[in-house]
Amino acid sequence: MLVKIKMTVNGKPVAAEVAPRVLLVDFIRDTLRLTGTHIGCDTAQCGACTIHMNGNAVKCCNMLAVQADGADIVTIEGIARPDGTMHPMQAAFRDHHGLQCGYCTPGMVMSAIDLVRRHPKPSEGQVRAELDGNLCRCTGYHGIVKAVLAGAATMKS
Amino acid sequence: MYEFNYHKASSVADAAAKLAAASDAKLLAGGQTLIAALKLRLSSPSDIVDLRGVAELRGIRKDGGSISIGAMTTHAEVAASKDVLQAVPALANLAASIGDPMVRNMGTLGGSIANNDPAADYPAGVLGLDATLHTNKRKIAADDFFTGMYETALQPSEIITSISFALPKRAGYAKFKNPASRYAIVGVFVAETAKGVRVAVTGAGPCVFRVAEMEKALGSKFSADAVANIKVAAAGLNSDMHASAEYRAHLVTVMARRAVEAAT
Repeated sequence: MLVKIKMTVNGKPVAAEVAPRVLLVDFIRDTLRLTGTHIGCDTAQCGACTIHMNGNAVKCCNMLAVQADGADIVTIEGIARPDGTMHPMQAAFRDHHGLQCGYCTPGMVMSAIDLVRRHPKPSEGQVRAELDGNLCRCTGYHGIVKAVLAGAATMKS
Repeated sequence: MYEFNYHKASSVADAAAKLAAASDAKLLAGGQTLIAALKLRLSSPSDIVDLRGVAELRGIRKDGGSISIGAMTTHAEVAASKDVLQAVPALANLAASIGDPMVRNMGTLGGSIANNDPAADYPAGVLGLDATLHTNKRKIAADDFFTGMYETALQPSEIITSISFALPKRAGYAKFKNPASRYAIVGVFVAETAKGVRVAVTGAGPCVFRVAEMEKALGSKFSADAVANIKVAAAGLNSDMHASAEYRAHLVTVMARRAVEAAT
């Protein structure tokens, strides 16, 4: 069985036929070749696969591609400006040493942008609590928290 | 994941028809449990009926003395709802404590209740608040709904459409959470309703349950002291790598006290 799906990915319309059991993360990575969205744990715990669906952060390793039919999807590739200027949150991660190996970073950045949407002026405690669903195995989180606080301030201005 | 046939439902009636027509169909709500179970091949339905596009299952309506929440309303929507925060803040706080932000953006009230995971938060809120579950066929009282571990009173082609909560005088929820999964090792929901005080415990046993002795004590005096010395028996409680039955029994008293202290 193949199912026809349509969605918008990073502002561009996408149409495809997929088997129902294809995960959204595999559709994004293997079919659309947008490999910035990572698969870390593949069990919906680590958050490396975080994307935005209709403006909300979701873990796309725990979703079927067919569930995103009709949705507006934004991945890490879709947040910089067309001229390549980084999104303020991406720039903050670079400036504040918010990464080491970088594997969790796309998910961290996507979660952080959603966090700032809900809490435009987050406290450090809020940032730590809201990053509950994103695991990093290198940094100890301090650089990430600093980056998110700085990114939130830049996004506001 | 094994193969399955996929159907996108357009209405509750359409979903019920598709559910009845397939040999072994499952409903897909937010999928935060089902998709993981499919990936592990713990679940292998012949057909999946997706409720995501059914608009009539979404939304929060407050009228007079009760609040009604559509089955496909997400945890994030309940947690952020001004109506829920104002009418039953304990329920909004409960929703805000489920999983992590991404899980809360997908997971739904109806999905959680229909799954009846022994460590899920919502069963405690639904039973504690004496909620009424509305399905495409009937109304079910919370006391009659949760029948055992992952078991409910739902019939094979029955679909939860909404859950209505009579506004309590006050209510509170406290949970001792697993720090990795945020599931309740023990969660206690306490509510003072028009019909009396209710105490519902999740995480501790195979299925959410009420504690009559605590309800009686809080009925005569609604204070943390009233439950501080009431113990539940460890026999029959869950025992696993996270906590022994004895520890869970101890936590029921501690969480009940905290839930009473938190009640507003």
